[in-house]
Amino acid sequence: MFAAVIYSPILPRKPLINIQHLARLARLSIDDQAEQSARDHLANIIAMIDSMRSVDTDNVVPMAHPMDATQRLREDKVTENVDRDQFQANAPATAQGYYLVPQVIDSGE
Amino acid sequence: MNWQSVIGLELHVQLATQSKIFSGASTTFGAPPNSQACAVDLGLPGVLPVLNQQAVVMAIKFGLAIGAKINLNSIFDRKNYFYPDLPKGYQISQFETPIVGAGNILVHMADGSTRDIRITRAHLEEDAGKSIHDLFPGQTAIDLNRTGTPLLEIVSEPDFRTASEAATYFRQVHGLVRYLKICDGNLAQGSMRCDANVSVRPVGQEALGERTEIKNINSFRFVERAIEYEIERQIDVLENGGIIERETRLYDEIKDETRSMRSKELSEDYRYFPDPDLLPLQVSESLLTQIKQSMPELPEARRNRYHKDLELSQYDATWLSADPDVAEYFEVAMKHCGNAKTTANWVMGELSAHLNRYDVPIEQAPVSAVQLGVLIQRLDDQTLSSKTAKTLFEALWANSPQSDTDALGDSDPSTAIDAQIQTLGLKQISNSGELESIIDTILADHPQQLEQLRNGKDKVLGFFVGQVMKLTQGKANPAQVNDIIRAKI
Repeated sequence: MFAAVIYSPILPRKPLINIQHLARLARLSIDDQAEQSARDHLANIIAMIDSMRSVDTDNVVPMAHPMDATQRLREDKVTENVDRDQFQANAPATAQGYYLVPQVIDSGE
Repeated sequence: MNWQSVIGLELHVQLATQSKIFSGASTTFGAPPNSQACAVDLGLPGVLPVLNQQAVVMAIKFGLAIGAKINLNSIFDRKNYFYPDLPKGYQISQFETPIVGAGNILVHMADGSTRDIRITRAHLEEDAGKSIHDLFPGQTAIDLNRTGTPLLEIVSEPDFRTASEAATYFRQVHGLVRYLKICDGNLAQGSMRCDANVSVRPVGQEALGERTEIKNINSFRFVERAIEYEIERQIDVLENGGIIERETRLYDEIKDETRSMRSKELSEDYRYFPDPDLLPLQVSESLLTQIKQSMPELPEARRNRYHKDLELSQYDATWLSADPDVAEYFEVAMKHCGNAKTTANWVMGELSAHLNRYDVPIEQAPVSAVQLGVLIQRLDDQTLSSKTAKTLFEALWANSPQSDTDALGDSDPSTAIDAQIQTLGLKQISNSGELESIIDTILADHPQQLEQLRNGKDKVLGFFVGQVMKLTQGKANPAQVNDIIRAKI
């Protein structure tokens, strides 16, 4: 019901894009005018992905990363000295070493 | 209608590494707020995560312990959501290709039955920070020290049918990760946290009912109670014609209830995708071989050894092998005295009762494993009676002189204990002459009972033995007293 992209059963390949849902997921505020241009923009991207989908990839291992390399691992050692004051200089509000944000209540009461 | 509950658990296990999973910041618990959150943990621009090898090793150890498929190639993904204690706006996790694939855990229930629980997967991810809602009015305080602590998320299939099965499994995994030394197991500090997926369906129905998820439970007892409450709530809703909605709920341990946590309108949509900052993880065959060779004896193997080689009952073997510290204590004491059955009885009886009463963890027991071993030796060589052995145990518990002897290292622990037996006068009277004269006195003092005994009233024998034990303050050997009295009538 909140899927970002829904294909219309009547008009094949014409996606219905739920811009407001996407905006909420990205914590963006989008007005009517911006909504239309975002919709056009996304429609183009989806069209591109659709053409990529038409390629037969049945026997191809999915590529997780464009670089043909694997991760280097770190030894388990503490190497960082944290200068909290320096990091917190960027924060709008701090107290007693904590970052402060507007009250977030996680319960549905 | 009869209902069946179906439960699956997700366990979040904090891995006991020194540094974070993707940064070199310390993971020590209890540091001042935000003193252990470095630029990588804070997700500042320009930083790159670098994976901690030890976290990979620990995840693989767990996988090997449950006979799971180890994926030598795995991928890290971003799980996207907004919350103040998640500074990057995404959590690095593993979605499609976790490091540990499907495995199994055989859960041993208290009644001796077992449940074979399928493990779907176990994957590596980073922990989030902590939000504190009640420190500053109208504001939420954020401590990001926990951000980036390595987690192994262990996901089970919905194979539990009761809350008690789920709690027993939680306990067993807690024992297992401590055997493997991949987690400190400190529940109070959140080292292991549990999410429970709960649904109910009419008995006989194949399809699963709609489920709810109870988040963040961090004690064995609360897991059981939260699930029990949730099962009852769901049955109540369904029997009153309602429907269960898929949602996340929170267990309130004070009110002993679960309540809805997130509004359903914002349905979860994490938009996972491979993290472009992290190349695919490839574990070499040589590292895997190395890890296989470093695996300790597992609880299941130890349990079988206790049952088969030491001839302990299934129940005792399970009890003693479940916790690595208990098993270690048992083995040290048992090796010292060579009597597995008596050691098992003392560890599960007297010692465990004292640990519970005084709320002491076994590794800090005032009576050391070696001391208990010596005590059992003295019981076996009949220096002590079962009664005086208990008196000695109490004395050792109260005085705990073991730290001194341990510090010296070279002194024989039995010397100190023998001295204590001497001082407290606990030595059993084995001199039959001494015992005979005591018995003669008692028989003479109770002519009426003696007459009854002679007339074949065997019950009176117990009375006399009791009198002898009383007079000798438990230092006589009851069997020996029995024999002497019988010989005299």
